[in-house]
Amino acid sequence: MELKALSPYPSSTGEPREEPPINPQEYPPNRDVAPTGRWHLYAVCLLAAFLTVAIGCSQDSYVESGNRDAILYFGNGTEPQSIDPHVLTGSPEATLARSLFEGLVIQDPYTLEIKPGVAERWELSPDGTTLTFYLHPEARWSNGDPLTAEDFVWSWHRALNPRTGNQLADQLYSVRNAEAYNTGAIDDPGAVGVKALDAHTLQVDLEYPDPFVLQKLSYIYNAPVHRATIEAHGGMTERYTGWTRPGSFVGNGSFVLDDWKMQRYVTVKRNPYYWDRDRVHVEKIVFRPIESAATEEKMFRSGQLHATTDVPNSRIPFYRAQSESPLIETPVMTVYYYMINTRRPPLDDVRVRHALSMAIDRDAIAGSVLKDTVLPSNNYVPLGMPDYEHARGLPYDPAGARELLAAAGYPDGEGFPDVTLTYNTSENHRSVAVAVQQMWKRELNLDIEIVNQEWKVYLDTLDQENYDIARMGWIGNTYPGSMLDRLITDGHTNRVGFSNARFDEIINHDIRSNLSPARIMALYREAEQILLDEAPLIPIYSYKSKRLVQTSTEGLPGNAARAFNFKYVVLDPYAPAWQAQTMTP
Amino acid sequence: MWRFIGGRLLQAVPVILTVITVTFFLVRVAPGGPFDEEKAVIPEVKAALEKQYRLDQPLFSQYVAYLGDLARGDMGPSFKYPGRSVNELIGAGFPVTAELGLYALLVAIGIGALAGIIASLKPNSAQDYIPMTAAMIGICMPTFLLGPLLVLVFGIHLEWLPVSGWGDLPGDKLLPSLTLGAAYAAYIARLSRAGMLEVLSQDYIRTARAKGLPEWQVVARHSLRGGLLPMVAFLGPAFAGLLAGSFVVETIFQIPGLGRFYVQAAFNRDYTMILGTTVFLSILIVLFNLLSDIIAAWMNPRLRHQFSGGA
Repeated sequence: MELKALSPYPSSTGEPREEPPINPQEYPPNRDVAPTGRWHLYAVCLLAAFLTVAIGCSQDSYVESGNRDAILYFGNGTEPQSIDPHVLTGSPEATLARSLFEGLVIQDPYTLEIKPGVAERWELSPDGTTLTFYLHPEARWSNGDPLTAEDFVWSWHRALNPRTGNQLADQLYSVRNAEAYNTGAIDDPGAVGVKALDAHTLQVDLEYPDPFVLQKLSYIYNAPVHRATIEAHGGMTERYTGWTRPGSFVGNGSFVLDDWKMQRYVTVKRNPYYWDRDRVHVEKIVFRPIESAATEEKMFRSGQLHATTDVPNSRIPFYRAQSESPLIETPVMTVYYYMINTRRPPLDDVRVRHALSMAIDRDAIAGSVLKDTVLPSNNYVPLGMPDYEHARGLPYDPAGARELLAAAGYPDGEGFPDVTLTYNTSENHRSVAVAVQQMWKRELNLDIEIVNQEWKVYLDTLDQENYDIARMGWIGNTYPGSMLDRLITDGHTNRVGFSNARFDEIINHDIRSNLSPARIMALYREAEQILLDEAPLIPIYSYKSKRLVQTSTEGLPGNAARAFNFKYVVLDPYAPAWQAQTMTP
Repeated sequence: MWRFIGGRLLQAVPVILTVITVTFFLVRVAPGGPFDEEKAVIPEVKAALEKQYRLDQPLFSQYVAYLGDLARGDMGPSFKYPGRSVNELIGAGFPVTAELGLYALLVAIGIGALAGIIASLKPNSAQDYIPMTAAMIGICMPTFLLGPLLVLVFGIHLEWLPVSGWGDLPGDKLLPSLTLGAAYAAYIARLSRAGMLEVLSQDYIRTARAKGLPEWQVVARHSLRGGLLPMVAFLGPAFAGLLAGSFVVETIFQIPGLGRFYVQAAFNRDYTMILGTTVFLSILIVLFNLLSDIIAAWMNPRLRHQFSGGA
């Protein structure tokens, strides 16, 4: 899923330091090995040859040479599964695809404001249901073909065609009949509300007046794809053809695919046909897939990366203590919570659910367990949601929790049935679960068993609702509906058995009535209040993104949507790689 | 000789077929599937996905179809990486893993055999205890501890060597090879010490010493071939183990090898990728065992006679 912005977050510019860091490569000492026979002679010779080949001489760090030659080295999490906007699902894929494709509109990485992308300007009809986009006359594909309104029509038909298997097709559901076509209720793509009025005018009819529609259209899943290239490599809906390979690839982003060595790097270079090419400063980006945050941090420290995707929790205090810190921490639209299976006694009793939630000291979890790398929260909508005033969550109140549990028939935990807390295998989840288990024991005298499961097994357990209490995290976007919509009665990813008539009415009807943004936010607040009062979920904390960015690199600010846009990145050609300051007492 | 090799290869066929069958059905029994995510996929889309990957057909006909594809050398498309075939992923990862395994093996033989021989020359002295204690530590120290430790000392503290990568920066192949090779060096040290001790106590060595040969000739010309036999027998399985077990080292050092694909495939329920790598590795293991048998036979005159006699 995709995210969006909070506050402008200007990146600081680094002062030049006294001397550039050097990276001496030396021979390891002490190879005083005396051959005593033919066998070792071979072994020693081979080893010596290998050592000689393996160790060369010292050189500039990637960051320094990259600054000079305008090459950005970007740590991008895992190996990208796909760069096809209608196939990809993960965050590293979306980051990469954002350099290769561009939708009708884009989000400013500093303010998350909507800015022109392929569309130069647009108009919304007074009833809020028809958008007319005027495409940039210079918009082109990376092979020089003009990009037309018809390209969007074809691309959205592909994105919504159920045979494409696009797992994020719902990002287009505000378009008229998009959901019906995607779910197979209608077979005619012509009924979907997207039409080319002429080569450069696109009309989009909406299902309902959606105040967040431009934001949704800025997501990379709704970007156009090049029809001729896809059809040259296979059918419209075939997921695994070779059109996304270097050499075959055609896109419309500020960069174009250059090279791809699996598990090593993906490189992209400036797209000479991009309509806003004069604004692009970086010549080339090297995306490095680095799964381990510890490895990524070491690479950053040795000057091999301009930016990382993550920072190990244990290194956060070190970076926080730096006077000119490369660490960027920003609240993001992701929440960590426990799901309660409300169909199972004793958890079907709202007093029990309240008692469990009120006995959890979230400040202690965020502070002593997770070392302040998260924001304690008793809200389900993530902290930092733009323009949103949060509903009132349940307080930390152990005495009140005990009273509620007694009222439900379990004074001092007596007679409470066996309940299990399940989480997917991970060190962090285990620490949180153990802390919560202790709090429930201490405050309510409940003995809750904790169990972990491997991720896919765990998902299966959740889908079958075969759990009592289970951990989950949810990544939303910068509008509250991305968190709340799925909890409607029998929603696909509801999984907690939550059902409330007023909640359903707000989500399915009220917010779709062409209201002012302020009124819509108030309705979402009412929906969140219902959810927190019914407590089918126990929110525990809201996430922060933690990244390291060279202090001399501009244009990669932290934002709540994790929406990077590489066309804004500027490298300082003379800047050295960041180095830790020696700590002064 | 050829009959021996041919026979061993024939024996391998049912072994590999069993591996395929067991793996095929076992991965399907595991709960969860390749398309399960936090966000539930709508049923129509899931059905479309399953159809594209033939998962909508009965399990047995999928099995038969898979065997047919495999016979033609096609291991199918990866579920996790749309647009990539399993053949391509193995082709991308294996050369790197093989290179890493080879260097690790060289490290293991170089350090291990040397330590073992040195130890065997003066049993129950400091010259024996010091390398053997080091070997014991090497066996006990897991790679996920040794790797970060080496990185900390040589990469971060001394800044002599790169902290990660493979072929990106000069010297970046050294620490991973050392880390992966260390545990095997320790085994080889113990094996070669034991082998050498046995040979050195033989009558013909006493004879050699009695007729006044210098000690280095006794060791180099008369003892090594016999003394290192146990080590050679171990090399085949060791190399296969290095290939299959390089996952941890590949993760620590950010190496684009097969081991990472293999383990991730299991977590992702990437059925074709799990099967493909398992089949590929089992074939390799069979081949390396055969190879080490042949080398052992070449080094052991008694077995060599058996071969030429057609046994």
